[in-house]
Amino acid sequence: MKIAWRYQNLPRIEVSPAASARFGHYYDGSKTVSPELLQSTKWHRFFLPEEKSLHPEIKTCNMTCGYTRLLQSIQRIIYQEGFDGSYPQKKQKNILRIGIQSLGSVLWGDDICCADNPEDIYSLTKFLYVLRGLLRMSLSACIITVPAHLIQNKAIMERVTNLSDTVVGLESFIGSERETNPLYKDYQGLIHVHQIPRLNSLICDVSGTKDLAFRLKRKLFTIE
Amino acid sequence: MFVELNELLNASPEKPEQGKLTLLRDTKTDGSFLVHHFLSFYLKAGCKVCFVALLQSFSHYNIIAQKLGVSLTAAKERGQLVFLEGLKSCFDVLFGEEQHVGQTNPLRFVSEDGSNLKTMYEFVRTSLMASGSDSWKCPVLLVDDLSVLLSLGVRPVDVLDFIHYCRVAVCSQLKGNIVVLVHSNDDSEDEENELVVNSLCHQSNLILWAEGLATGFCKDVHGQLKIIQKGSSELKAERNLLQIYQYKIQDKNVTFFARGMSAAVL
Repeated sequence: MKIAWRYQNLPRIEVSPAASARFGHYYDGSKTVSPELLQSTKWHRFFLPEEKSLHPEIKTCNMTCGYTRLLQSIQRIIYQEGFDGSYPQKKQKNILRIGIQSLGSVLWGDDICCADNPEDIYSLTKFLYVLRGLLRMSLSACIITVPAHLIQNKAIMERVTNLSDTVVGLESFIGSERETNPLYKDYQGLIHVHQIPRLNSLICDVSGTKDLAFRLKRKLFTIE
Repeated sequence: MFVELNELLNASPEKPEQGKLTLLRDTKTDGSFLVHHFLSFYLKAGCKVCFVALLQSFSHYNIIAQKLGVSLTAAKERGQLVFLEGLKSCFDVLFGEEQHVGQTNPLRFVSEDGSNLKTMYEFVRTSLMASGSDSWKCPVLLVDDLSVLLSLGVRPVDVLDFIHYCRVAVCSQLKGNIVVLVHSNDDSEDEENELVVNSLCHQSNLILWAEGLATGFCKDVHGQLKIIQKGSSELKAERNLLQIYQYKIQDKNVTFFARGMSAAVL
């Protein structure tokens, strides 16, 4: 949480609007998840350096190795846990919630953040396309963070936006002239809702409020 | 289909035009409502439709089509609609068994050298070729959306070649129509995409360009639609006809009105 707010977010989760002007969860940012909760919940972890080497038969389609392994891992979990309907879920039906951090950064083996001529400039967008297919064909939702300020190639960012359902940007005031602007003295940055999905409908719920800023306090993250 | 849009285009499902390439373009807004319009329009007109749907699932289009009075499931069953669900085909290519994927999956270029759309073209051609028992009117190819192919590593020249081959087969030989959606931005840095868009603009007979309002968000006017009809005669240098309307998208319809004439304002 301490670092995440510096990044631009690309969530795929649909944010459902509420009738009242105030909504959201109270989430104490100063606490960690209790070990009891962790033990009782079924969760999976993907940490690239710990992954075994690539199964030789799986097609890589010229994607960065890290992305290919991540896709395989997600597909395996979806299949094994029954999120794709391949066999009925044993207990109450649930949705697989996926979180991916710093997609596009060198942590995934992608050089799109640090090279003028990346080795495979299409890796990131191919990954997003395949991921989109996985999500559409299963009971799952995914939220991704992308360090957009590190990706110089604006064309790629435009394509990333088009391949996503919901796109939200966090713009920090740090290092910008807005830091000293008295209008923003209570806030740490702006929130831009770049895109919201139109799924299964011609219309979408567009909020009337367009100017949003966020405030990060010791325990609370608020958007106003 | 949106009745008002038919009036603006002087189009009717009773007598669909033939041999035309229509370009759907959106800038700073979502132009997919135009795709839904043409999908339901051509199905109601009795045309055989091949829909290359790259970005959304079948159920998404089906749910919206039902609101517009058309069932895609029924159209598929009676052989009027051939639906390529790009997301699913791509999944099959990467995670499917080799023997099930076969050589004819239109998205197989994703796992190969990445830029050969020949299999996709063959898929389109065989889908729209008339079979003996068919009684459908002119065939139609609908693509949503072409810009996705660039994201999958296809080179712009190969995208344009694909459209060219399709035009020869569908518009010229089969006397059918092609409708293609692309995204574009005035200040876009995506040169490959702009190259494809500009080239298609020159080739199209009709361009429908949906743009977000320059003044920002508005509850009653969702955007502006530019309709550019190219001069039809090649001998006489006829000028392009440009019309501009504003529109509002509702649950089952889209209304169009002259600029500044939104019902909320009058």
